[in-house]
Amino acid sequence: MSASKNRHAYWQASPLTLVLLAFLVFPIIVIGIVSFWNYNSYSLIPDFIFDNYAYLLTSPVTLKAYINTFQFAFLAWFFTLAIGFTVAYFLAFHIHSVKAQTICFLICTVPFFTSNIIRMISWIPLLGRNGLVNSSLLSAGIIDQPLTFLLYSDFAVVLAYVHLYSLFMVVPIFNSMMRIDRSLVEAAVDAGANAFQVLRDVIVPLSKSGIIVGSIFVMTLVMGDFVTVKIMGGGITANVGMMIYNEISLLQYPAAAAGAVVLLATVLMMLVILFRLVDIRKEL
Amino acid sequence: MNDQDPTKLDSTPDDSGVNPTETDSVTPKASSGVSRRSVLKGAAGAGVAAISGFPMIWAQNIQNVTLRQFGTGVSNLNAIAEKCKEDLGFNLQLTSLDSDSVTQRAVTQPNSYDIADIEYWICKKVYPSGVMQPLDVSRLSNYDKISQLFITGRLTDDAEIAQGTAPHTVGFVPTKESTEFASAPTNWMTLIPTIYNADTLGIRPDLIDRPITSWADIMDPAFRGQTSLINVPSIGIMDAAMICEAMGEITYGDKGNMTRAEIDQTIDILKAAKRDGQFRAFWKTFDESVNLMASGEVVIQSMWSPAVAAVRSQGIACRYQPLQEGYRAWGGGLGIASHLSGLELDAAYEYIDWYLSGWVGAYLNRQGYYSAAPETSKQFMSDDEWGYWMEGEAAQGDILSPSGDVMETAGAVRDGGSYEERMGSVACWNSVMDENQYMVRKWNEFIVS
Repeated sequence: MSASKNRHAYWQASPLTLVLLAFLVFPIIVIGIVSFWNYNSYSLIPDFIFDNYAYLLTSPVTLKAYINTFQFAFLAWFFTLAIGFTVAYFLAFHIHSVKAQTICFLICTVPFFTSNIIRMISWIPLLGRNGLVNSSLLSAGIIDQPLTFLLYSDFAVVLAYVHLYSLFMVVPIFNSMMRIDRSLVEAAVDAGANAFQVLRDVIVPLSKSGIIVGSIFVMTLVMGDFVTVKIMGGGITANVGMMIYNEISLLQYPAAAAGAVVLLATVLMMLVILFRLVDIRKEL
Repeated sequence: MNDQDPTKLDSTPDDSGVNPTETDSVTPKASSGVSRRSVLKGAAGAGVAAISGFPMIWAQNIQNVTLRQFGTGVSNLNAIAEKCKEDLGFNLQLTSLDSDSVTQRAVTQPNSYDIADIEYWICKKVYPSGVMQPLDVSRLSNYDKISQLFITGRLTDDAEIAQGTAPHTVGFVPTKESTEFASAPTNWMTLIPTIYNADTLGIRPDLIDRPITSWADIMDPAFRGQTSLINVPSIGIMDAAMICEAMGEITYGDKGNMTRAEIDQTIDILKAAKRDGQFRAFWKTFDESVNLMASGEVVIQSMWSPAVAAVRSQGIACRYQPLQEGYRAWGGGLGIASHLSGLELDAAYEYIDWYLSGWVGAYLNRQGYYSAAPETSKQFMSDDEWGYWMEGEAAQGDILSPSGDVMETAGAVRDGGSYEERMGSVACWNSVMDENQYMVRKWNEFIVS
C-alpha cells in the first residue's frame, strides 16, 4: 500500500519537476557553463577559463557594488520591517472586526494594482529638483536651495524599495499574528506584563516566522533588483544587478554569467542563514 | 507616425503657401484641382522614373515580400515604411532598439532581420562576425549621389579626415566574401549610408548665465550636480575625450583609438568628477535625456539633435551648442543580412536605392539629421526648408517637423549653422577602439564607482 502510494506521489510530482528542470535548473546550468567561456566584442568563445571569476573576485568595483547592494538590502529590510510590523500589528490587534480587517488589508494592496515601474516613476516628479517636495519647501521658506539628494541618490533608491516592498513584509507578519492565541496575550497581561513586555516576550517571538518569511522576500528582491537602481539612482549609483545589466548590454555574457553565479551563491548563503532561524515547514 | 498617410495630406489646405509639401516641389504644375492623392502617386512615379536604368523587378509576387528591418529609433520610422509600401509595393517591418541591443541582436540573431539599420561603429563590431553581406554598388543607381564623406572620408577635397571610426574606414570590403575592411573604395559596400549628424552638448540657456564655448564647460564647478553624460560606453568615452582634451588634461594620439594609458587617464578624470558630485545622472535612452533636460535636473549634458528639438517643442529653451573644439559625429546606414537571397535580396536593393532617391533624405533632413545623398533630397524640400536646415539661413516662415508641428518660426537660425559648417568641424566619429574591451571594463568601473 505504501509502495503504491509512493509511486503515485512520484508521477503526481513529475510535471512540476519537469517544469522546474526545464525552466530553472537547466538555465542555471547553462549560466554556470557560460561563465567559464571567453568572449570578444562580438562573439562568445566556448572555453574553460577562470578570467571572468578572477576579474570579478579581485576587482574593487565588485566590492563596491556588493557593499552598495548589502547597504540597500539592509536599509530596505530595516524600514520595511519597521513599517510592516507596525501595520500588521495594528491590523491584527487594534481592528477587531474581521470585515474591517479585510477592508484595511485590501486598501494596503491597492497600490499593487499598478506595475512597480509606474509606482517608481511616479516618485520622479515629486522628488526632482523642481519637483513638488522641493517647490513646496522652497515656497514655505524652509529651504533656500532645492534639495538634490531627494532624487538620483541612495535615498531615492531606498525610498522606492520601502514603498515597493513593504507589503511583502505586512502580509506574512499579519498572517502569523492572526494565528497567535489571544489568550496568551491576556495571560501575559494578567501576569503583570506591561504593553512593551507583551510585545517583546509574546508577540515578537510568535510572529518570528512571519518576520523571517517577509525578510526573505525583501532581501532576495532587493539583492536581485536592477531596475529600481537604474530609475531612481539615475545611473549614478550601482548595485550588483546593475553591474550584470551593464555587462549584458555590452554583450559580455560570460562576465555577466559569472556575476550572476556569484550573486546566486551570495543570496543562497543568506537564505541558508535565514532558514536556520526558523523552520518554515513547521511554522506555515 | 502616420503623418505621411496620403488621406491625411488630403486635408492640408493647398494654399498654405509658406511651406509647400515635398510633393509641390516635385510637381510644381499640379493645380489645386488635382487631389493630393493623385499628386502623391505622380510623385511616386517621378521618383521611380528618376531611378530608371535600374533593373526593375515588378514581379507580381513582390507584393508578398516583407523585409524585416531593425535598428536604432533614429531612422526606424513608420512613415518611411508606409511610403515604401506606397512607392515600391512591398512591406517593411520595423523594430527599434537601443544601440547596445542592436549590436547584440545583429550578432546573436542574424536570422531575425533582413536589413540592419546600424551605425558605422556598430558595423565595425558586427561585420567581421560574418552575419552580413556586402552590397554591390554597381546595382545602385544613386551610388554616385552619396556624399564623399562616406566614400573618401573628406567632405570637400581639402578637408581633414576626423578621428575615430570614420564611415569610409569600415564602409567597404575588398571582395564579396571578405569580412576584413578595405582601405580604399571598392565595389562592395558594407553599409549604404543613410543618416548622420554632428553631435555636441545640449544646454538650457535660460538656466545658464554665461556663454558656453567649450566641451570643458560641462566640468565647470558652477554646474555641479547639474550635468549628465550618455552611458553608452562607445559614445560616452568620445564625449569624455572631447571634454578631457578641452580641459587641457590629456592630448590624445587618436581619440577614436585610445591607448590603455589614455583610457585610464580619461576614466580617472571622470571618476574624480563623479566623486565631487559633478554629474546628476547618466542616461541611456533618448527619452531619459529629454526628461533630464526638460525637468531642469541638468542644464548641460550630452544630447542628440532630435532630443533638443523635443525639449524645445515643450516650450522650454534648449540649445544645441556649437563648441570651439568641434563636433562628435556619427553615421548610420543600411546593411543586408547574409541569409537574404533571390527576390527578397532584389527587393532589399530596390529599397536601399529608393532610400537614397530623396524622399527619405528630405524626411531625415527635416528632423535635423543629414541625408547621405544631399542633392537628391533637395528636390523634396522647399527652398526655405533647405535654407534653414542645410544652409544655415534664417527661416522665412514656419519650419515644420515631418509630422507637421511648428518647430521654428520665421527668423530662427539653426544652432551651429550650415551643413558645411557643422559637418566640416567634426573632431571625431563615434568609435570602437582596439582596446574596446578594456575601455568598456574601465567605463563600467566609472559607472559603478
